Amino acid sequence: MTMAYSDLLGRQVLDELCPLHVELGPDGVVRHAGPTFARLVPAPLGRRFSDMIAVQRPRAAPDMAALRRLAGVKLHLALHAPPKTSLKGVLVPLPDGGAVVNLSFGISVVDAVRDFALTAADFAATDLAIEMLYLIEAKSAAMAASRHLNQRLQGAKIAAEEQAYSDALTGMANRRALDRLFTRLQMAGTPFALMHLDLDYFKQVNDSAGHAAGDHVLRRVATVLTAAIRQGDAALRIGGDEFMLLLPGVIRPDRIADVALRIIARLEEPIPWDNRHLHISASAGSAVWYGETSLEQDRLVHTADLALYAAKRAGRGRHVLHRPQFVLPDGGPAKAVQAAE
Amino acid sequence: MHGLINCAIQDFARDSYGDATWAAIVRRAGLDFTSFEPMLTYDDGLTEQILAAVAAELGRRRSEVLEDIGHYLITHARVAPLRRLLRFGGVDFVDFLHTLDDLPDWARMAVDDLVLPGIALHSDGPDEYRLVLTGAPRGSGHAVVGMLRAMADDYGALVLLDYTASQDGIETVGIRLLDAAHAEGRRFSLAGGV
Repeated sequence: MTMAYSDLLGRQVLDELCPLHVELGPDGVVRHAGPTFARLVPAPLGRRFSDMIAVQRPRAAPDMAALRRLAGVKLHLALHAPPKTSLKGVLVPLPDGGAVVNLSFGISVVDAVRDFALTAADFAATDLAIEMLYLIEAKSAAMAASRHLNQRLQGAKIAAEEQAYSDALTGMANRRALDRLFTRLQMAGTPFALMHLDLDYFKQVNDSAGHAAGDHVLRRVATVLTAAIRQGDAALRIGGDEFMLLLPGVIRPDRIADVALRIIARLEEPIPWDNRHLHISASAGSAVWYGETSLEQDRLVHTADLALYAAKRAGRGRHVLHRPQFVLPDGGPAKAVQAAE
Repeated sequence: MHGLINCAIQDFARDSYGDATWAAIVRRAGLDFTSFEPMLTYDDGLTEQILAAVAAELGRRRSEVLEDIGHYLITHARVAPLRRLLRFGGVDFVDFLHTLDDLPDWARMAVDDLVLPGIALHSDGPDEYRLVLTGAPRGSGHAVVGMLRAMADDYGALVLLDYTASQDGIETVGIRLLDAAHAEGRRFSLAGGV
C-alpha cells in the first residue's frame, strides 16, 4: 500500500502532538499508533482496537460504524489487559471510513507513569501531565509538613492541658480539674460523696524538718490517697495541704466514714525521712450529692468545708459527714457538728 | 521569611554537624525555641541571625555556609522531595536551567505563600549562561551555586560556576557547560522513589 505524502506528514504531526493516539482503518484494525500508545499496548499494528481497549461510556457496539458515531464525544475507555488503566479519549472520523482516536490518562496518570515507566519524553511537550505530577508530589509534601505541625501542636495542647489540670509536685489533679469532674458526674447523674481533707500537724513538719520534708510528706499523702480510691474515684490536691476525694456511688454514711477513717489511719503512720520519722494526721469533712436536684457545685464544696471545720473543732484526726437533713431546715453550720461521728 | 527557608538552614546544620552543634547555634543566636516550623512564617531578621550563628559556630564564612546549604538541599535524603520537584522541570541539565526562569512560579504552585526572588536565565553563547537574581536576600547566589553544582552532578553534567555580586544587590551566577553528558547522573522516575 502506498501512502500519500500528506498522510505521512499527518502521522508525523500527530506522533509529535498526540503521542498517545491511534489510527484505525475502516475495519477497526490499528494501522498506525503514536509512540506512547505502543508503550501501553505492545505491537498494536494489525490488531483490532476493540480487542485492546474497551469503550466504557458512552455504551457502543464494538464495531467501527458504532465507534464512528461517537465522533467528538468525550470517551471513557480502559485497557483490556491489566492493569486495566482507564483513559479519556476523543475520536475523529477519517474520510476513508477509518478514524483517529486520541487518548489521555486523565487522573490515572499517577498510576500510569508507574505501571508503564513513562518519562517526560512520552508526553507531548505541551501536555500538562508533568505539571500535574509535580503538583501532586508538591502538595503531598506540603500536606505532610502541615500534618506534622498539627500533630505537634495537638501534642503540645494535650501536654499543656494536663499541666494546667495537674499538680506539679504530686502529679494529682488540681483545683482546676474539679469543674470538669463535677460536670462529668452531673451529666452521668451519679450520686457521689465529696470529701475534703486537711492535713494536721503539717506546719510543724515544715517548720521542724524543712520544706523538703514537707514535699516528701505531700508526695506520701498522694500515694496513700491514690491507693485508697477505686477506679472511677478521683483524688485532687486543691491547695497547700488540702486534698479532695470524689467518690461516685459512695453515699451511705458508714461507707464514707469507713473510707475517711482508713485514710486517716494510714496517714498517721510514721513517715521515715532522713533518719527520723515524721508524724501527721488529717481531718476530713464530707458532703453527698444524691443526684436528685441540679448540682450546685459551690454549695456542695461549702457544705463539705463546714463538715471539715466541724471535724477540726472536734479534735484532730476525725471525720464529719455533713447531713443535709439536719442542715436544710435550719440552714446553719451548727447542726453539722451534731452529725459528727 | 518563610519557615521552609529557616528549616533548610536548621536541617543542614543538624544533618551535617549533629544535634549538639545545632543546640549551640540556637544558644548563640539567642532563640527562645529549638526548632523552626516549615509551615510558619518568621521575622526576616531571624534568618540572618541564625545564619550568622551557623557561620560563627562552624568558624566558616557566610558565603561558604550558604553554598553548602544549597548543595545539601539537593543531595541529602531528608530533603529528597525538593530534588525530585526540581527534576520534574527538565529532561537534561540545559532544559533544567531554562526551567529556572519559572522557578518562583513552580515554587508558588507547591507552597502558595513561598515567595522566591526574581530569577532570570540569560544565554550568552551555546554553552554559556548567566543566572541573574534580583531582590534576593544578600548572598542567595552562593546557595544557588551549591544547588546548581549538585543538580549538574544529578544530571551527570560537568559545569563551571562563578559568583559575582554587583553594587545594586544584583547577584549573578555564571554557568559554563563543559560537558552535558560527562557522567551517568542519577536516575529520575516520574512515578517517584528516585
